[in-house]
Amino acid sequence: MMGLLDYFKSKKKTGSASVARERLQILVAHDRSGRDAPSYLPQLQRDILKVLRKYVTVEAGSINVNVDHDDDHEILELNIVLPESRRYTS
Amino acid sequence: MARIIVVTSGKGGVGKTTTAAALAMGLAEKGRRSVVIDFDVGLRNLDLIMGCERRVVYDFINVIQGEARLNQALIKDKRNDKLFVLPASQTRDKEALTIEGVGKVLEELAKDFEYIVCDSPAGIELGATMAMYHADDAFVVTNPEVSSVRDSDRMIGILSSKSRRAEQDLEPIREYLLLTRYSPERVKRGEMLSVEDVQDILSLDLIGVIPESQAVLNASNSGVPVVLDTESTAGQAYRDVVARYLGEELPHRFLETEKKGLLGRLFGS
Repeated sequence: MMGLLDYFKSKKKTGSASVARERLQILVAHDRSGRDAPSYLPQLQRDILKVLRKYVTVEAGSINVNVDHDDDHEILELNIVLPESRRYTS
Repeated sequence: MARIIVVTSGKGGVGKTTTAAALAMGLAEKGRRSVVIDFDVGLRNLDLIMGCERRVVYDFINVIQGEARLNQALIKDKRNDKLFVLPASQTRDKEALTIEGVGKVLEELAKDFEYIVCDSPAGIELGATMAMYHADDAFVVTNPEVSSVRDSDRMIGILSSKSRRAEQDLEPIREYLLLTRYSPERVKRGEMLSVEDVQDILSLDLIGVIPESQAVLNASNSGVPVVLDTESTAGQAYRDVVARYLGEELPHRFLETEKKGLLGRLFGS
């Protein structure tokens, strides 16, 4: 009973607009990060994977390339997950 | 040099055509020779909003395909001789819109007009991308509502990547946020995104806020651009938008709830 009352109280206090704002902020930030990425990113990812596979066995999903924008520069972020202690040299 | 303006939004029903009609009429009222073009091939409606639906003989596609001359298709507004309407085709396929074809017509219009207003269809398909491709300025029409804001952000992305200015590495399109159907009462109650919220999310320059108003439906019912209804808040807000676009500095109006008298408070109208 208390919970129900609180629910209505809190609803009234904040309103749905703040929920809308939060949802949109997250969504728009996510949409933009994909949109602003340079068009060469997918090809770069494939090329890195190709080079990497000369030395180690990695799955396509274990590589993650990302570009972050800062005020005056961009950061190319590269994340590669190597398989556990199963390395092969060519 | 003519300025090409696109009125766009992504989402339908947010007030693109109302805005395009108000903008073109408002510019003409300020003495600028203006033409407004309907890019919604197959679903033309600008002629209705402008009140010239019975005078359509030739359309935009006819001109693009050389079946009619531009001055045969242009409809002169009966209220203002500086304003012309170029209607969309109701029967043809939108594939008839090509970058070159549209560009040629715009080039010819630019010789004769100061402002060319392109009324974009909803969506992100050919009609919408053609409407924005050649633009110098963009009015991004947005309702304070999640799906409209999201779609507007998507359009901003397309404006900055798939336009002539983007492709030719020119100065980017000037983008303006126009918030429509705004209800200060609902914002105050926390039920609606505020101007600041939307501006914050989209980070665009605010050109104006059009309050929710019955005058908009009345205007479309009678085929009179709402900007001519100077009694209405929406009409006045559109007037301000046109003045701001032309460089005047005006404070934003109709953002606060109206102060109610005792009677209003009692009956909560």
